[in-house]
Amino acid sequence: MSNETEKHQSYLDDQGEYKGILGWIFSTDHKRIALLYLYAITAFFFVGAIIGLMMRIELAAPGETIVKPQTYNGLFTVHGVIMIFMVVIPGLSAVFGNFLLPLHIGAKDVAFPKLNRLTWWILMVGSVMAIMTQFLRQGPPDTGWTFYAPYSTQTGTSVILATTAAFVLGFASILTGLNFIVTIHRMRAPGMKFFNMPLFPWAIYAASWIQLLATPVVGITLIMLIFERVFGIGFFNPDLGGDPLLFQHLFWIYSHPAVYIMILPAMGVITEIIPTFCQQKVYGYKAIAISSLAIAGVGFLVWGHHMYTSGMSEQARWFFSLLTFIVAVPSAIKVFNWILTMYKGSIDMKPPFLYALFFIFLFIIGGTTGLILGSVATNVQVHDTAFVVAHFHYIIFGGMGFAFFAGIHFWFPKMYGRMYNFKVANWGAILLFIGFNLLYFPQFIIGYQGMPRRYYDYLPQFQWGQIISTIGGFVLFTALIIMVTNLVRGAKKGELAPANPWKGSTLEWTIPSPPSLENFDTDPVVKANPYDYNS
Amino acid sequence: MSNHENHPHVHRDDEAQKLGMWLFIFTELLLFGGLFLVYSIFRAQYPQNFHESSLELSVTLGVINTVILLVSSMSVAISLTAVQKGNYKLSRLMLLLTVALALAFMVNKYFEWGAKFHHGLYPGSELMQLLERGHHLYFALYFFMTGLHAFHIIVGVILLLISYVKIGKGKVKSDNFMHLENAALYWHLVDLIWIFLFPLLYLIS
Repeated sequence: MSNETEKHQSYLDDQGEYKGILGWIFSTDHKRIALLYLYAITAFFFVGAIIGLMMRIELAAPGETIVKPQTYNGLFTVHGVIMIFMVVIPGLSAVFGNFLLPLHIGAKDVAFPKLNRLTWWILMVGSVMAIMTQFLRQGPPDTGWTFYAPYSTQTGTSVILATTAAFVLGFASILTGLNFIVTIHRMRAPGMKFFNMPLFPWAIYAASWIQLLATPVVGITLIMLIFERVFGIGFFNPDLGGDPLLFQHLFWIYSHPAVYIMILPAMGVITEIIPTFCQQKVYGYKAIAISSLAIAGVGFLVWGHHMYTSGMSEQARWFFSLLTFIVAVPSAIKVFNWILTMYKGSIDMKPPFLYALFFIFLFIIGGTTGLILGSVATNVQVHDTAFVVAHFHYIIFGGMGFAFFAGIHFWFPKMYGRMYNFKVANWGAILLFIGFNLLYFPQFIIGYQGMPRRYYDYLPQFQWGQIISTIGGFVLFTALIIMVTNLVRGAKKGELAPANPWKGSTLEWTIPSPPSLENFDTDPVVKANPYDYNS
Repeated sequence: MSNHENHPHVHRDDEAQKLGMWLFIFTELLLFGGLFLVYSIFRAQYPQNFHESSLELSVTLGVINTVILLVSSMSVAISLTAVQKGNYKLSRLMLLLTVALALAFMVNKYFEWGAKFHHGLYPGSELMQLLERGHHLYFALYFFMTGLHAFHIIVGVILLLISYVKIGKGKVKSDNFMHLENAALYWHLVDLIWIFLFPLLYLIS
């Protein structure tokens, strides 16, 4: 396939009836929508990260450091709301799913391009609402992103606007999932059966089903919460005959599968990067494909592990614990498969691969600490401590976040037709890795020593860990700036990139960088094995 | 070089449209499913109160509304078959009948709710706060579930009216009727939800 970028028109050039910024906001091109999501999510991520840094400064010393207690509650709430609903849930699906899914299956767009565009607009509306909660007179919500009853039914802060924002954002997730499922079922190129697809579409497929089926449950739960606040109904408030545990169950029935929405596409990205930079086909293609579905399915059955100390029955506790251990198995299978893919491969340590290696390391730590949390006995010690905070940041940030960075460094030349500086990228990755571990590892330790989460004050014996953590936060933030600056510079002034800079074997590497508007100017040639590096 | 820019949707995929609507219907089932779950939990907790409260509802009106919706599902099905056979006049007539039945349902709902409001029974009212726990929860769920359902009736009516207009404009016809089929599918969903609501709220006495 030729890579003469001059002979075709890139999707980055204005071609439709709208020009300039309108040409982007009104675009139905999945590639432009992917970049719109990328820019929005990056902006939200930095807002959330700065809020996180403010929390870190506050926690650097016991007692009041820079903010009052009420403000601190508002900070960790909005940090969670932004990061969960506006960054990691849309995250990889909306950015890389949108950009790559049609390319991977040889399609010229998704099944419903206008619906796709609508989901980005919905993200904008929901995000504006979420940000507005910070400025209303009743004060930002202080319930944590989990909105537990009965406090969430009683606090005077802007819970209704925040939960409405989350409800609106949920639609973007549902409709994106719907779009991707139909796309995968209906728009694969001729000759591409399900088991000829690369593994990234498999990951997107599994995650899309979760987005579709789980999100409505939290939707109705949030409406019930709003109803309770507005009309004084007692669904959840025990003073009115309600059941606070009911809220927790309903909430976590979505929010646990939600984490698989986050991690499955991340694993899909890693599964594309590793064979490419080892120039070897993926070890255990079918195992990885089926394990994606297994994680999605079993992930619906473990939500109670967030609630072991809530007063659930013993039967419930051991059931959820057992299922939690079971759901770890397909994840572990993937890790073994990635490592075996590297074995006897021809390894090229480029930035995407370095990020992928960091991902595996951090994901293993996050995953195994999840087992400590998943086991009922040990959970009692670490529930609601900094240990949990460390665990989920290792999984979401160390896992999904690093996979996101890996993905952006991997597909950057395809998206922009230019390359970034490898040395800066690699050093940025290393600094990011160091900062990340400084930030979160001490939290495991002070967590099991007793440091509670969401507390803004603490006993002096935890301060050593908090200080290291705060320093780590600033190192991490600096590394993020380096990484993003390098990428932005590359997009503007980097060397022109060829169609296939990494010797990849999937279909996106057979078309020019950047692609034309409708992706494939001639019909794509579908290989039975998508990871065939010998041809 | 393939053509691009302002071409209208050249690629038509009816199966994709249908699959999309079915998937959306699954999400609606899960949305209402959450409410049904909450209902069953509280009913298990307060069975006597739920039984007593449901005596306040008019079973007659509920039956009438059920028949209305069932007939409306029939009329929308006739409408679809009519389009498939090229009988656009009948199709549009049946759509209007469906919408008329939906409006009749809403009128009944207006009177039902109106009667409750008149007695001071509405979400957030003083009377509601004074009720026993089980009664309070029953009526909260009654308003919530029927209210959410009524909202979906309005959405369904809009979809049906759009189909009505499209048939008139020739955009929906015997060889291109996916839009009407999807609207009818959605309407059947709205009917199905009521089929569950009716016994749970009206027939537990």
